[in-house]
Amino acid sequence: MELAIGLILAGCAIGAGLALIAGIGPGIGEGNAVAKACEAIGRQPESAGAVRTTMFIGCAIAETTGLYGFVVGLLLIFYAPKAFINLFIETIGKIG
Amino acid sequence: MRLNQKTKHKIVDGLLICMMILPLAAAIVIKVLTQPYSEGMNITGALIFLEIPMPFQPLLITEAQINSWLVMISITGLCLFLTHGIKAVPDSKRQHIAEMIVEKVDSMVRENMGEMFMGFSPFVAAIMALSAFSSLLTLIGVFPPTSDLNIIAGWAILVFILITYYKLKGGLWNYIKGFGDPIFVMAPMNVISEIATPLSMTFRHFGNVISGVVISALLGSALSGITAKLPGLLGQIPFLKIGIPAVLSLYFDIFSGCMQAFIFASLTMIYISTGFPGEAYEKRMKRKIERAKKKEEAKRLAELEK
Repeated sequence: MELAIGLILAGCAIGAGLALIAGIGPGIGEGNAVAKACEAIGRQPESAGAVRTTMFIGCAIAETTGLYGFVVGLLLIFYAPKAFINLFIETIGKIG
Repeated sequence: MRLNQKTKHKIVDGLLICMMILPLAAAIVIKVLTQPYSEGMNITGALIFLEIPMPFQPLLITEAQINSWLVMISITGLCLFLTHGIKAVPDSKRQHIAEMIVEKVDSMVRENMGEMFMGFSPFVAAIMALSAFSSLLTLIGVFPPTSDLNIIAGWAILVFILITYYKLKGGLWNYIKGFGDPIFVMAPMNVISEIATPLSMTFRHFGNVISGVVISALLGSALSGITAKLPGLLGQIPFLKIGIPAVLSLYFDIFSGCMQAFIFASLTMIYISTGFPGEAYEKRMKRKIERAKKKEEAKRLAELEK
């Protein structure tokens, strides 16, 4: 019983850690976007305003995948352990 | 007793300022009265104040809902205050500010959506103000409604209904045909991407705000842990908690909150205006006008025959 609950907690923690690997992609992508925006502003300083707003919207959209990972991580830390342990006790714990 | 025009104006001003500030004060009071005592790190969702029994599931009145209502009252007060006593030739600062806000939003809507959707600018301004002020509530230490998934999901569903409504303007058949866009095999993918729109809008806003909340809570607990290790009287007072979290708050609360409000509003505009099938709508309108003309002619002919 204790072993099983420990395994559930460990699985949730490891899963949350793995979920945050999703942060790598948006980091690289946003870096690229900002670099290109800097180049564009350097080439045409008069279009700085339009480039900046477009870049912010693009960054926000690119960020979403990372935030999915983050939300999944939050769920795994704050919600999943309780739910999984309750499920475990309700189903298998009663028999054993 | 008769009051002259100036004193009346000032009294109304005072009432409107009260309308702006009192809801925020009420939010702080509610927070102080209902906050359960807890030690150390504390990241929880919104408190539940009331449960109203409903057929399928009890309707919960939570802290987030109460706070968002209070923010709405406060924004209404702000709008009334800014537009109180406006004249054709502006002579007060607040009228200049109000005109500037309206012009900014109008130009933004015109740029992103075109002349046809100018009626959207009040909606866009409202959703932007609500989102920004809700995120900024963290500055007075109150639970921000935007860090509750349900509130933002409500806004996103509203936007999704608007998007679908404007897509349906090109006719029902056109809407259904749009799902099998390149080839009909892609239909499930298109349905998923249709559902993903409100989902991604919700998670984007929610994730940004909640990440700020989580990181500030982590930093706060870390700083109080460091001060607890210090010897003597220094360890008693968590003086490191003063000032240092403000640096992070500057980014996560002010910049990120306003940025997400702007992005939510501009995504709303972009999704609605790109989803709108302009050509199909024009064709449909033309057909409608032709049909109406034919009907009128038939009527005229029938009258002539009589």
